[in-house]
Amino acid sequence: MSEVVIVGAGPAGIRAAKTLCAHGLRPTLLDEATRGGGQVYRQQPPGFSRSAAQLYGFEQRKAQALHGALAQLSGQLDYRPETLVWNAEAPWLDTLHQGREAQRLAFSEVVIATGATDRILPVPGWTLPGVYSLGAAQIALKFQACAIGGRLVLAGSGPLLYLLAWQYAKAGARPLLVLDSAPFSAQARATPSLLAQPSTFAKGLYYRAWLGLHGVPVHTGAHLLSAEGEQRVQAVNWEDANGQVHRLECDALAFGHTLRSETQLADLLGCAFHWSAANRAWLPTRDDGGRASVPGVYLAGDGAGILGADAAEVAGELAALTLLGDRGLHVDPARRIELQQRLASLECFRRGLERAFPFPEQWAANAADEVVVCRCEQVSAGEIRTAVRQGHWDINRVKATCRVGMGRCQGRLCGAAAAELIACESGRALDQIGRLRAQAPIKPLPFGVELKP
Amino acid sequence: MSTQHVDAIIMGGGIVGASAALWLARAGQRVVLLERDFCGSRSSGVNYGGVRRQGRTLVQLPLSCRAHQIWGQLPALLGIDGEYVRSGHLKLARSEADFAALQRWAQLSEPFDMGLQLLDREQLRARFAWVGDIAVGASYCPGDGHANPRLVSPAFAQAARHHGAQVHEQCAVTHVEPSGVGFTVHSADGQRFSAPWLLNCAGAWAAALAAQVGEPVPLVAGHPAMLVTEPLPLFMTASTGVEGGGIYARQVARGNCVLGGGQGFALGESTARAGQLAVLDILRNACELYPALAGAQAIRTWSGTEGYLPDREPVLGPSGTTPGLLHGFGFAGAGFQIGPAAGEALAECILLGEPRHSLKAFSIERFRTSTRSNAPCA
Repeated sequence: MSEVVIVGAGPAGIRAAKTLCAHGLRPTLLDEATRGGGQVYRQQPPGFSRSAAQLYGFEQRKAQALHGALAQLSGQLDYRPETLVWNAEAPWLDTLHQGREAQRLAFSEVVIATGATDRILPVPGWTLPGVYSLGAAQIALKFQACAIGGRLVLAGSGPLLYLLAWQYAKAGARPLLVLDSAPFSAQARATPSLLAQPSTFAKGLYYRAWLGLHGVPVHTGAHLLSAEGEQRVQAVNWEDANGQVHRLECDALAFGHTLRSETQLADLLGCAFHWSAANRAWLPTRDDGGRASVPGVYLAGDGAGILGADAAEVAGELAALTLLGDRGLHVDPARRIELQQRLASLECFRRGLERAFPFPEQWAANAADEVVVCRCEQVSAGEIRTAVRQGHWDINRVKATCRVGMGRCQGRLCGAAAAELIACESGRALDQIGRLRAQAPIKPLPFGVELKP
Repeated sequence: MSTQHVDAIIMGGGIVGASAALWLARAGQRVVLLERDFCGSRSSGVNYGGVRRQGRTLVQLPLSCRAHQIWGQLPALLGIDGEYVRSGHLKLARSEADFAALQRWAQLSEPFDMGLQLLDREQLRARFAWVGDIAVGASYCPGDGHANPRLVSPAFAQAARHHGAQVHEQCAVTHVEPSGVGFTVHSADGQRFSAPWLLNCAGAWAAALAAQVGEPVPLVAGHPAMLVTEPLPLFMTASTGVEGGGIYARQVARGNCVLGGGQGFALGESTARAGQLAVLDILRNACELYPALAGAQAIRTWSGTEGYLPDREPVLGPSGTTPGLLHGFGFAGAGFQIGPAAGEALAECILLGEPRHSLKAFSIERFRTSTRSNAPCA
């Protein structure tokens, strides 16, 4: 039997599920995590007792509402946690439950709400133990109630940088230093568009002010140069806005430059992609209702372009309404328009964020040859440049030549940085070097897998 | 745009076309190699990477043994080692009947002097302890091995370029027409080439030109499914296959195991995927052949588009209808090892008038039907 399937139980997936259930459908909700909420509203493991305020701060109400929405749907949907979608061959999704049970699932429609991961721009020493992505550092804190270290440096750019600094400080692990690669002037210039979401903007200001008041040094226009250490990270080297180089001893580092979309499932399903200059990435194309180019496939949330959790909730509901409408069911047209307008406003805010936290354009030119870009296959920036100098400019050919993106993560971690390096070295625009093709399995698949009918 | 006149035009930058280009360029011929995608990016570059003589039909062995010599000179020829190792190839038998088949093949192939070693169950256990109990015996060919097709196949085109061949990538041929000297070939980017010799090395897409010159072939596309594991401790000391077909596997120096088996599916005219069916079959059945894989993870799967003829032999040699046209395609998933010698044989057709090893068994004429007319190049 064919089902309406939602992939991902984050803000987009849960809102889509709720909307479908409210209109009498019984969707199947697949999620890799053990509990719903996605990365942003990740729930702590059973038996942990921190309050929602401790876990989610200003977002506690949203988090609780989302968790509550999923709990209320119990019995109205087929919710399958710990389930990875590792492959898609329309009209089938191939799933892996608890890392060992393979099952096929036929879908009539699918809402892809696969979210995002950190965008990593490697520096020397980034593969040392004790170095985390910003997102991973947040998961350690939110999920396991662990700080990644006692003497902590946070670097990179994007709203998560300040949020994380604040969360760590509130949890009692005050960062030694926060390095934001975005210049202060960019953040000032972006203010008008950021005011499209005054409360979100105010929160950003609040985190900054709070960090200042509590003596956490925040440097804008400052770049992480390298992490160093023997067995694990012991110090960072960084450059301030005036070009002066500093060294600071630490025992943990978290870094990242905003987020990147998880698009492999849309790719395996054959969805058309377009170049997004704002995301510096190829994204599955969606119309203003959330339809992908392939009939029956809908896209919602950060997996189709980074807009954040609030937008994901809106897009999840909107995609579900579109799906229902396409089925010939009656949906409230005013609600659709309202959601579309809210999304448009959030997109304006997002453009402001782009200006406030601009991509560090000089990264590719400055990355040292010996920096490991692909940690799965240990491919350095120099090896990528060598492949380009041999005449390759297509990212899949560079991959075939030097193995970048061929390992466990399939380029999910290194693909963005590799693309920047290839474009820079070949003198081509970032959208002129092709796009890494998705290949199953989306995440590794074990030998000895059991088949479930 | 004016027509460029050369000695030979090669359609297809796979290992057969690129090695033909290399041999011709080395002999001083003016060669144009046209590849609609990137050289070595299709079957030649995404195959399993087996470099074996063992298990081939007897008619292929002369060429395959010549290829074995060429592979031995790879670094001198290409400037890279292509991760080529003569690890030996172990063909496993799962039944006494299969073992008898291996014995028969060993006997028949004796004139080719490959040093085959037949191993019974105890000998197999003693020498290759990592092979699962399901194997009752094996045939070991010590000089066979494996290589990295992603590196080797494009390197043939690169070497041809170094020797003066014009290599045009992302250059699809739109049409071929007869001309005074032989052939005129038009490409999608508006280029025009003419030559007395035309080599049809277009792999799974070669049937169109054969049909155009009045010698259609029943070429079908196949899509062998492949996957690779994360790096594992080294244990697989030989490349392996199974008598009667099934899963084949090799382990590369960095530890990844490459496994193939079963068929994937075409995604479009030129792309393919391994497909969940074949992938799950490999993951569920490989451990009985290679127990050390238990608990390992597959990190990537892929497939390619290979040309197969009904008798699983290639079409290699002169056209039956059109003087100056040479075919080299349809290697049925086993063209990687023999490819460099196939390219050399095509070059010999031009340079020597005929190849050193007879290509009779691979003639396109075997598909001639009584109803077909001897149409000229049209």
